[in-house]
Amino acid sequence: MLTIEEFGRRLRTGATTSSEATEACLSRIDALDARLNAFILVMRDEARRAAQAADEELAAGRDRGPLHGVPISIKDLFDVAGTPTTAASRVREGHIAAADAPAIAHLRQAGAVLVGKTNLHEFAFGTTNEDSAFGPARNPHDDTRSPGGSSGGSAASVAAGMALATLGTDTGGSIRIPASACGIVGLKPTYGEVPLDGVVPLARSLDHAGPLALTVTDAWLVYHALVGRPASRAPAPLPVAGLRFGLLRDYFCDVLDDEVRMQFDAALGRLRAAGARVEEAAIPHAALIAAVYLVVSFGDAGAYHAPMLDRVPERYTTPVRLRAEAARYVLAEDYVRGLAARDALCREVDAALVGCDALVLPTLPISAPRIGASTVQIAGVDQPVRQLMLKLTQLFNLTGHPAISLPCGATAAGLPCGLQIVGTRMQTETLVRVALAVEGALAG
Amino acid sequence: MTVDAWLEAAIKDAEARGLPDLKPLLEALARAMRALRAADFDRPC
Repeated sequence: MLTIEEFGRRLRTGATTSSEATEACLSRIDALDARLNAFILVMRDEARRAAQAADEELAAGRDRGPLHGVPISIKDLFDVAGTPTTAASRVREGHIAAADAPAIAHLRQAGAVLVGKTNLHEFAFGTTNEDSAFGPARNPHDDTRSPGGSSGGSAASVAAGMALATLGTDTGGSIRIPASACGIVGLKPTYGEVPLDGVVPLARSLDHAGPLALTVTDAWLVYHALVGRPASRAPAPLPVAGLRFGLLRDYFCDVLDDEVRMQFDAALGRLRAAGARVEEAAIPHAALIAAVYLVVSFGDAGAYHAPMLDRVPERYTTPVRLRAEAARYVLAEDYVRGLAARDALCREVDAALVGCDALVLPTLPISAPRIGASTVQIAGVDQPVRQLMLKLTQLFNLTGHPAISLPCGATAAGLPCGLQIVGTRMQTETLVRVALAVEGALAG
Repeated sequence: MTVDAWLEAAIKDAEARGLPDLKPLLEALARAMRALRAADFDRPC
């Protein structure tokens, strides 16, 4: 699979062109998307025109930087001028975006070629991508399984070589969960770093936008373009020897699939062998995370969906309609309690990071679940899929800390596992330097 | 409003609106509300 870094090297030595890379992605879409259902809209003509323009610009001596001519897919929550922003919902039938969302404008300014808009869980209100007006997206590693969600089509598009990177959103884990399930990298920056104007919200106080890509370096390059400060290259990795990790074990590692636990422990072993220090850290009120997340996310989502639920309730998929309807019942006093609890959790994550370079934990307690499964067995006990998939990621939406998921081995059946690293707020670059070090140590 | 009173009223309202399938979601929300109301974030665990 071609990384952005490698594509850039080949582009600038004349070994390839943006048009060639874009045609390769479009060919992969033609060959695979009937099975994977990753795309809601393929922008063939526009992509070809943009690729040709990128090649002409480069030939004329104008180089826009690392994303110049790079084929990228976009989660269909972002406004792309002249195309519908469906949010994978019939509720938005007839919508056409008048202008690019600022994040999209930043990608275009950096030279990216948009190949299409990707499938997602309807309104990003779910973790499996099963409830979509366009049918479920499927996991390239096993098409009977979910690619994760809500940015499931996005992750599938990169894992299957249909784009070199993709733009997703993350409200409870929707970048990191599908990155883990599909075996790629997903970066949720610090809250507020990537502009969310022109993006259909799920819960505004929890929504983040960020990249999914094949490598940490690629994710960094896309992230920098998204924030409007294109970087010419990724920062140097921090030396692994001497890195200090806080291991979140209590609550977070209580319920893990055996194979996920094995891969996670093996990754920690490699980090220790490379000279990193891994010591246990704790979030004292971890047992309340799911309750706080449910009340705050429902409060936010209920406010956004109320007018549409009154007007066109029949256009929602049934599970998402029920979730959005339930969200409308949150009492103001409990929402305010949720906000206070969220502040406390934020302080607890800050405290856990004192003396550490980053926190470390698995991204998902399980590998990609089968499409349609509402429960999965762990140690002989049925566990609800939705709650499990959110369990290890949602805290960092509540607190806004930057977090990244990297591939970390696979199960015997070949299903990817993910390692999550969490950094200090407003220090996404430091987190990426740690992640580069971890990626190197796990590959070595 | 107590959580029990809220839950009873919410389920009744959902049923009146033709949405009886909301009951398990409302019960989950009630569990979250009870947990939050019982929590003391100023007290160390």
